[in-house]
Amino acid sequence: MSVINSTLNRRRFVLAATGSAVGVLAAPAIVRAAEEINLYSSRHYDTDEALYANFTKLTGVGINRIEAKADELIERMKAEGSNSPADVFISVDAGRIERANQENLLQPVQSEVLSTRIPLHLRHSDGSWFGFSKRARIIVVSKDRMDPKDAPSYESLTGEAMKGKVLIRSSGNIYNQSLMGSIIMAHGSDGAADWARGIVANLARSPKGGDRDQIKAVAAGEGDVGVVNSYYLGKMIKSDQKAQREAAEKVTLVFPNQADRGTHVNISGGGVARHAKNKQGAIKFLEYLASDQAQEYFAAGNTEYPVVAGIPLPSPLDTFGDFKEDTLNAQLFASLNSEAVQIMDRAGWK
Amino acid sequence: MATAHDFRDNPTRLTAKKGWTARFRPNGVFMATAILALLMLLPIAAVLSSLFDTGRGSLGHLASTILPDLVINTLGLVCMVGLGTAVVGTGTAWLVSACRFPGSRFLQWMLLLPLAMPAYIIGYAYTDFLVFAGPLQTGLRELFGWTRNDYWFPDIHSLWGVSVMLVLVLYPYVFFLARTAFQEQSRGLLDVARTLGRSPWNVFTTVALPMARPAIAAGVALALMEAIADFGTVQYFGVQTFTTAIYRTWFGMGDRVAAAQLASALLAFVFLLVALEHWSRSRQAYYDTSSRALKPQPVMLRGWSAAWAFVACALPVLLGFVVPVVILLDLHFDGGDSFLGNRLMVYAGNSFLLASGAALIVTACAILTGYCLRRSSGGAGAGLVRLSTLGYAIPGTIIAVGILIPLGAFDNWFDGVMRNWFNISTGLVLSGSVIALLYAYTVRFLAVANSAIETGFKRIPLHIDDVARTLGRTRRGVIISVHLPLLRRSVLMSAAIVFVDVLKELPATLIVRPFNFDTLAVRVYQLASDERLSEAATGSLVIVAIGLVPIFLLTRFADSRSGQISTAPAIKIPQ
Repeated sequence: MSVINSTLNRRRFVLAATGSAVGVLAAPAIVRAAEEINLYSSRHYDTDEALYANFTKLTGVGINRIEAKADELIERMKAEGSNSPADVFISVDAGRIERANQENLLQPVQSEVLSTRIPLHLRHSDGSWFGFSKRARIIVVSKDRMDPKDAPSYESLTGEAMKGKVLIRSSGNIYNQSLMGSIIMAHGSDGAADWARGIVANLARSPKGGDRDQIKAVAAGEGDVGVVNSYYLGKMIKSDQKAQREAAEKVTLVFPNQADRGTHVNISGGGVARHAKNKQGAIKFLEYLASDQAQEYFAAGNTEYPVVAGIPLPSPLDTFGDFKEDTLNAQLFASLNSEAVQIMDRAGWK
Repeated sequence: MATAHDFRDNPTRLTAKKGWTARFRPNGVFMATAILALLMLLPIAAVLSSLFDTGRGSLGHLASTILPDLVINTLGLVCMVGLGTAVVGTGTAWLVSACRFPGSRFLQWMLLLPLAMPAYIIGYAYTDFLVFAGPLQTGLRELFGWTRNDYWFPDIHSLWGVSVMLVLVLYPYVFFLARTAFQEQSRGLLDVARTLGRSPWNVFTTVALPMARPAIAAGVALALMEAIADFGTVQYFGVQTFTTAIYRTWFGMGDRVAAAQLASALLAFVFLLVALEHWSRSRQAYYDTSSRALKPQPVMLRGWSAAWAFVACALPVLLGFVVPVVILLDLHFDGGDSFLGNRLMVYAGNSFLLASGAALIVTACAILTGYCLRRSSGGAGAGLVRLSTLGYAIPGTIIAVGILIPLGAFDNWFDGVMRNWFNISTGLVLSGSVIALLYAYTVRFLAVANSAIETGFKRIPLHIDDVARTLGRTRRGVIISVHLPLLRRSVLMSAAIVFVDVLKELPATLIVRPFNFDTLAVRVYQLASDERLSEAATGSLVIVAIGLVPIFLLTRFADSRSGQISTAPAIKIPQ
């Protein structure tokens, strides 16, 4: 009996202790001071810590963060409604930020700084969101087994010569969906469907893994040509792991479609939340992201391309060289997301 | 000796069943379970409610494109994971409980270790090692001078690959329930079978296995529900299932209605599976009332049979725990998460707080549902419990969104009321709080806890309650002084497994959590989604290490005192 009693008492004690701990934690979900902004962000890079810390240092405005996938953050903001604590929403692609806008979760802002510094095609026409960094959807080819001249464009990947050589991740990936959106804009729905079928027919393996996996697979010889985001290549070159650097060294970077519309670029963008409690702070933060200093953080920290012209590129971005980008407005290809998914489904792009 | 009782044979039950009013007498337990079931179903209902909106017709598109693949893959996953976990879990459980061979005592708790390994992490680890660009295939190519078309290597990124991964981390659910069942079987029953001339194998298949079937079925059901709800692993392996399709239609095509339709199809399927299983053994109930002083005498294995038994039990541990840990350690020393050093304690503290809070709450709820099942003997109460444990089969993200919707609605309503009456704005009270997270965990993991507790309750013969009542105990008195002490082991097991599950849980934690509140799983996700597996390895190892603590406590507690619990001097089990 005594054994049982002592166990029960212990359990009661633990229960009480945990109960009170939970109570303390639950009550003040957020303590909002005047000089804070709340960030709902799908950026998840360690290097952003310095970016945010610098903002607080410059302005005295603190930053609270929830970092999660954009789709789910959108659902959370919808559920929270007019009491949502979010001041700023940040995504890592145009598709999601435009969706947040269409769900009426963002509000247009007028800012001289933002509209002069950020190019027209990288922001929403009414100021609902702005792109702050760019990632180019580049082609990587094997240094040993392929001439970069043979893969000059996205379209060249569907040619007969590429059979069994192409590596690209799944159609569930948003960067492929956005790329597909830009292909629809360039070639129409039927042309885009042909392109998707051509890619599927030339795949070296069924789509899997992430962007780094495609680069590693090209390096190892599982395929000869891959489609990836530029910043992954940059980060592999900068990696402190030998295997990553070696894989990156075995591929050559190609900026596709330099002879015509330019390389597809996606953005990481942000906007002020519809029910922002600290709208002024939110605008201040967005303007900060467009500042020279913040733009340098994007480039140096995460090897993303700055959106503001004239920012010096750090290594290894400076070695990549200049390229012509597709100036199709991000708003447009983002709005084609659903059609893009359906085309890829029909083409059998897993 | 052993006797088998059915609820129907119990005279007190019979009188209680005479009329509708008696049957549905709304007692406190029933009401409490009803409230719990309502709370558990609320998030599912919130998501499924969009069934009645007008959609964009994505389902037609799916039907003509990927739906056949989805059905085949999901069924394939269910078959392989079901069969795999049943065979591995039951086989190893029988070997360690009925036989003695070198290392059997040690393996008995080692076999639980893969429980601490999150499925997505074992997936990352094996992928990194086994893919074309991984060390194994690269080494082979260098050794033999092969190129890509010179050899064949199984592609781990496939349906069978992901099934093997899931079997490796999910078989412990079957193992722990089956082992408990085997250990509780009395020597008498098995001895009778032996004296009647049955071979040991025959005793296993005709006596031990059928008696352990409810436990095995419960374990397999848990494994299947987890496999069906899995998103991270199947997505990474490029296998399209119902769950990936829900994500695709909802987030890729923005069609919430089609997503709700898919989710309800998934739910219907799970419900069917559970119902089939229950129906197939609806006429069975075993109450082994013999004295537990007579523990089954383990069979001593020697020579080859001992070696085989050892290999059979060591292999799941090796593949499900040792190998991935070694790969992770290698990744960790290759790169490692330098960032984690400073914040490790904070992340681990948050993880620990959530996991232990959830373990307590979910186990408490499971004691309620288990007791309700005991009292209701089928009918409405059992239906309520089945409904409230459906959340385990729902992908975590769906649960999370389902939690956000009603909590947000409540918070905004409450805020409106407070503004109107007192001119105070309360803002969001529950949304984004730890309470919301614990709620999500309860919806998600009640099934696991309930399985453990339900199995525990089934081992307590019903007439013990009657005896305690005739000795003057109230119903509550019976629970406190009879059930809880006898359930101690099940309660511990339930708490330990929920703890480990919450530690590993990702999607709900990621989206429901408060500001600036990171856990180990969140940290691992952030690095993995940036494709930094070497860095993610560090956090993964810490998750595994913390997960080992309750498993270790559980085995120490459960094994060293298993005899004492059943024969505790305070409770004399009548013959």
